[in-house]
Amino acid sequence: MKDDAAQRHILPLNLYLAVGSGLLVLTVITVVVAQMDFGPMNLLIAMGIAVIKATLVAMFFMHLKYDNKIYMLVFSGSLLFLGVFIIFTMFDTLRRGDIYEEIAEPYLKEAVIYRKAETTTALSHPAADTSNTASDTVTSDH
Amino acid sequence: MSQITEHPAHLQHHFTDVHQQAESAKLGMWIFLLTEVLLFGGLFCFYAIYRSWNPDMFHNAHAFLNVWMGATNTVVLIVSSLTMALAIRSMQLGKRKLTMWFLAGTVLLACVFMVIKYFEYSHKIHLGQLPGKWYFFEGIAGTNPHIFFSAYFLMTGLHGFHVLGGIGVITWLFIKTARGSFSPEYYTPIEMTGLYWHLVDLIWIFLFPLFYLIG
Repeated sequence: MKDDAAQRHILPLNLYLAVGSGLLVLTVITVVVAQMDFGPMNLLIAMGIAVIKATLVAMFFMHLKYDNKIYMLVFSGSLLFLGVFIIFTMFDTLRRGDIYEEIAEPYLKEAVIYRKAETTTALSHPAADTSNTASDTVTSDH
Repeated sequence: MSQITEHPAHLQHHFTDVHQQAESAKLGMWIFLLTEVLLFGGLFCFYAIYRSWNPDMFHNAHAFLNVWMGATNTVVLIVSSLTMALAIRSMQLGKRKLTMWFLAGTVLLACVFMVIKYFEYSHKIHLGQLPGKWYFFEGIAGTNPHIFFSAYFLMTGLHGFHVLGGIGVITWLFIKTARGSFSPEYYTPIEMTGLYWHLVDLIWIFLFPLFYLIG
């Protein structure tokens, strides 16, 4: 029972209400900002606000700020590996088209039909479609 | 001597003291939440791949989601997270009646979330904006719009099942609290369910902009 008070860390009511209001304000901000167009920044802004909201929930509602830091480590670990998972997958799927282009080059010169099929219909397999993928990426997130 | 005399009913024999017991429960809960993050992570990865391959189609398809219903649900879940946190605080202070009110409020808000989700889903099912081979809606420009709805139904669906699970567990907590099973010394189940419920809220915080607010 030694550190009973320490482990319970009862937070003041006002702190909960402030964090709750902060989350609601950020929700309004993210909806309003989404109506404007910042080009490729749109996704980053939306995700940035979501990360701030998530941090508030984790730090205060989930008590990570006050608890033993081992829980913070476990949670950060899950996020770290989620990041590895998604980013390394993106290395593959985003660049897959480039490799296909190099391999396809000598054949495409001969076979007009492939190029035509590639640019017009598209594709049960979007990654094979280099031209579209490239232009899509440029015009993305608007 | 104090070790022997100090033995509350809720202390299991294999723990040294209540503090160690509570810390162990919390560590176990966080490891469970870690697996939850990775479970949803697979779907977030799926989303990232297909959105990066079809950015225009995702943009066109997202216009068919109702931003106001999504935003309302975001507010509902955030407030339910707040009531859950306050339920724990009330039990820490020994206010049993107040804890019951906050738990009931949390369940009510979770039900409101599911009702709004029901209206959204039934509208999409009616229009044929469905995953994979069940998709029959015409009117979304771009390649394979059914992929967007596969991601939408899988991710919000898995999240919805978590909300339903939460409703069940929090209802159970309400009954236990009413029976007087918890006290300022022992409220671990409420605290652990709170962590779960906040994670469900946290995942929705990301789902909302990813589906409803594609810029």
